[in-house]
Amino acid sequence: MNTIPLEHYLFVAAALFCIGLAITITKRHFIGMLLGIELMLNAVNINLIAFSRYDPEKLSGQLFALFVIVVAAAEVTVALAIILRVFGHYNTVDPDKVSDLKK
Amino acid sequence: MIFKMEAAAFYSFSILAIASALFILFSRNLIYGAFALFLAFLGVAALYVLAGADFLAVTQIMVYVGGILVLLIFGIMLTQKANNNTVSDTPNKVEVLPSREIAGFLAGSGLFLFLGYIILDARFAMQGEVISSNSTIRTIGVELMTSHLLPFEIAAILLLVALVGAAYLALNRNPAQ
Repeated sequence: MNTIPLEHYLFVAAALFCIGLAITITKRHFIGMLLGIELMLNAVNINLIAFSRYDPEKLSGQLFALFVIVVAAAEVTVALAIILRVFGHYNTVDPDKVSDLKK
Repeated sequence: MIFKMEAAAFYSFSILAIASALFILFSRNLIYGAFALFLAFLGVAALYVLAGADFLAVTQIMVYVGGILVLLIFGIMLTQKANNNTVSDTPNKVEVLPSREIAGFLAGSGLFLFLGYIILDARFAMQGEVISSNSTIRTIGVELMTSHLLPFEIAAILLLVALVGAAYLALNRNPAQ
């Protein structure tokens, strides 16, 4: 059967992961960093699903990706709540400026 | 012929996802970045479909696009600076330090070269056969209710805890008043 080779999925996922890492490092904004983290989690899911293609009976990779999505949803809600709280306290969204425990 | 169609769809959706990810990286406006992330999520969902994960693709669109992205855009709107009286011509601008840009570029490209070397060097021995075109929903449902029941319940507890914690954190904005 002639399908897309596994390596191509892995290359796309690696590219997305590295771009997400660069976004997370570069952006000086809490929400910009969250965008990068979401992109990295998606790239990891592509890897899991690409390997799960060869496991049609159990689909372990797809189940793992499902749990990754659940954890990502929980993570982003809590992170946004913390960001809103920090913004209310420091009035900034720059991670470099939030360097004190107490204002 | 079918393979050619599949390859064309795969490469176009990969290019869509990677191009919108690069747009987020180079865009200085965070709202544009959030909308580009929407395109990237759609491209990734299409890749899931091409890899035979139809349920995961629908979940991706519902959870990421319907939930997480809307939440992120809400977060961008709620963290606007309220004190500037002049209407800025470049709203949501994110400053980028040149040193940070160099560090990000080096880390990203270095990791990409490293991962690419590993992928090219690896020889994956795949035993099972490639997934057929049947729907995966039945398998996922059976597996979730049998061998993955404990992670399933833990995920439910985790979501409840995240809901309560996020509501508590975000509700009590200013405890001094």
